[in-house]
Amino acid sequence: MDTFVQQLINGLTIGAIYALIALGYTMVYGILRLINFAHGDIYMVGAFVGYFLAFELGFAAGPSLVGLSVVLIGSMIAAALVGMAIERFAYRPIRKYARMTTLITAIGVSLLIENLFVARLGAAPRAFPQLLREQSYTLFGNAAISKSQILIFAVSVALMVLLQWVIFKTKVGTAMRAVSFNLNSAKLMGINTDFIISFTFALGSALAAAGGVLTAQYNPQIDPLMGIITGLKAFVAAVLGGIGNIPGAVLGGLLIGIAETFVVGYGQNVGVPTTFRDAVAFAILILVLLFRPTGLLGSTVQEKV
Amino acid sequence: MKRILLSLGLIASLLFVFACERKGGPGAGGNSGPIVIGYYGDLSGRTSNFGQSTKNGVEMAADEINKAGGINGRQITILSEDDEGRPEKAATVVTKLIDQDRVVALLGEVASGNTLAAAPKAQAAKVPMISPSSTNPAVTQVGNYISRVCFIDPFQGAVMAKFAANTLKAKKAAIMLDFNSPYSRGLTEFFESSFTKLGGQIVNKQSYTQGDRDYKGQLTAIRSTNPDVIYVPGYYGEVGVIAKQAKQLDIKAPMLGGDGWDSTQLWDLGGDALNGDYISNHYSVDDPSPAIKKFVADYKARYGNVPDALAALGYDAMRVLADSINRAGTTEGPKLKDAIAATKDFAGVTGTISLDKDRNAVKPAVVLKLQDKKYVYVETIYPEGMTAPAAPAAPATSGTSPAAAPVLSPAKAGAAAPAKAASPAVTTKKPAASPQ
Repeated sequence: MDTFVQQLINGLTIGAIYALIALGYTMVYGILRLINFAHGDIYMVGAFVGYFLAFELGFAAGPSLVGLSVVLIGSMIAAALVGMAIERFAYRPIRKYARMTTLITAIGVSLLIENLFVARLGAAPRAFPQLLREQSYTLFGNAAISKSQILIFAVSVALMVLLQWVIFKTKVGTAMRAVSFNLNSAKLMGINTDFIISFTFALGSALAAAGGVLTAQYNPQIDPLMGIITGLKAFVAAVLGGIGNIPGAVLGGLLIGIAETFVVGYGQNVGVPTTFRDAVAFAILILVLLFRPTGLLGSTVQEKV
Repeated sequence: MKRILLSLGLIASLLFVFACERKGGPGAGGNSGPIVIGYYGDLSGRTSNFGQSTKNGVEMAADEINKAGGINGRQITILSEDDEGRPEKAATVVTKLIDQDRVVALLGEVASGNTLAAAPKAQAAKVPMISPSSTNPAVTQVGNYISRVCFIDPFQGAVMAKFAANTLKAKKAAIMLDFNSPYSRGLTEFFESSFTKLGGQIVNKQSYTQGDRDYKGQLTAIRSTNPDVIYVPGYYGEVGVIAKQAKQLDIKAPMLGGDGWDSTQLWDLGGDALNGDYISNHYSVDDPSPAIKKFVADYKARYGNVPDALAALGYDAMRVLADSINRAGTTEGPKLKDAIAATKDFAGVTGTISLDKDRNAVKPAVVLKLQDKKYVYVETIYPEGMTAPAAPAAPATSGTSPAAAPVLSPAKAGAAAPAKAASPAVTTKKPAASPQ
């Protein structure tokens, strides 16, 4: 039982990270019908901006809450700017062409970012400085939860609530929903669609960057290719929940995280090697696409952003 | 048609240029001019600390030899190639070093998987290769041109098993191995067989792959079986994170590892979570012998940090190679490889190096304790047939005297049969004041 609870906590932790990234995929898809494959790399950019901020501002010396907040918010802002720049210079000029063109551009942007980072910084992993004094708490008998896990839960829930508020309670959120229904009609209604699209990219990128910094507290190893697999799994999470659907992205992220952890934790008992962990996410994707192409929560009448 | 002819002509002239370069390349196997030696290692990938340290050691040794007049009056030139820590790239760069640069001998790699990919190229081209620190037995089984200056995994795995069973009094061990690494799988196999023969029990075995980011699933499964020790024969990049996540899960059992942990980055990743863990290694920087003291001081002066075992092995590999060229009196592959294989009682910083009939070095291993970013010397474990040199401190103060130490039976001989002389029978020497 302890082990089960522990595995659940482990799964929810990585699931929360997947969920944060999946939100960016799903929002951009909701508005542009574009799978932004560069999104996983924004997560990596966020982690690296956090890394350099921590060293440049002297927070790497020791754990501090101020340092953590500054690094977290700083990297979210930087990633938002990067996301907006990508949209402005890579996607906007070709928005009027076939959707395939943008998709391939997205893959190109992803490769560009990865290789720029490898060229500038090298592929060797770096150790992210410790910004949080690590400590474990025991709950439910023997199950342990660490400070960095609590941080991941707290920050991701807070960000998701904030996102929900932005989308449903603010003017810009209303505009986002309008654009996601129909871009052209929204434009005719006087909505500045270019701004809204830009804003959506900024929002999604900031969430991904938060995911990057939070993961780096939990697992202090960062490298320029860290966004590939994590990004792909977050994409699977978004599809699993129903792409374009915000609660679906969160649900999908948590499910993928838990499934993965359980494969590792219990798979060996039934002869499934732990190396199957990555395969599971994609097996789930195939199954979902076969039996429920719109995803778990996705349907055409769902409210989308 | 004209254009085709033109391009054919271009290709032909390019080929001609290459052909010329091959013939008159820098190494060329002659008996004058600089001796060109190829080094390949991971200088930019996931294990780049390994490649960089080894390269530092190799270059430092080459510079010292050159300053002292070179080998028979000839200077050494080291050509370095980066294999990014990938086996296929290792094979490519070694082919380049052999075919294009015409090196007379090769030094590398650290990770056994990469050495195994490159070794067949050297063997086929009859270019002797010395691996400074690949410990998997299969490496030198590739052929008679491949040798190494470090001990091998049957011994290293047995050392840790013996340390766990006898010194730490562990009964239950769990293993966390890197599934795709020959190094990790080899160590696991030999640790497991030795530990069970000493009366211990392997209660759980979990695996991960290089580049994984979350190990809590495996660690939670291990925790539920309540082991006394956890053996993690991996490389520093993953191990640092594993140690950290184990601490987050409140796992108190110490982790044991091998020489793959030894790197400065280990501490950046694992931090305090590594305190109280143990590794087996090739040498200890705290060793008071004058040769090691001088090496550590020179290295520090040159590179600004303490040399890890990989730097020391790189240094030794280069010096063994220079010594062999000197003895052979030539850089011709067949004669040079015989001279390398005949290396006996060479005084290296990582111990006295003698190659056995399988071209593996027979050397003692040290066990180090990880404490506050330092590797603290705990004990030296000798292979069977090798006795501790007259130590300055009497070893009699510890509980287990060397004579009473149980002799392990040889590890299970699988595809990778352990070399006879290095079979995992071990004797222990402990320092008078064992810092435990």
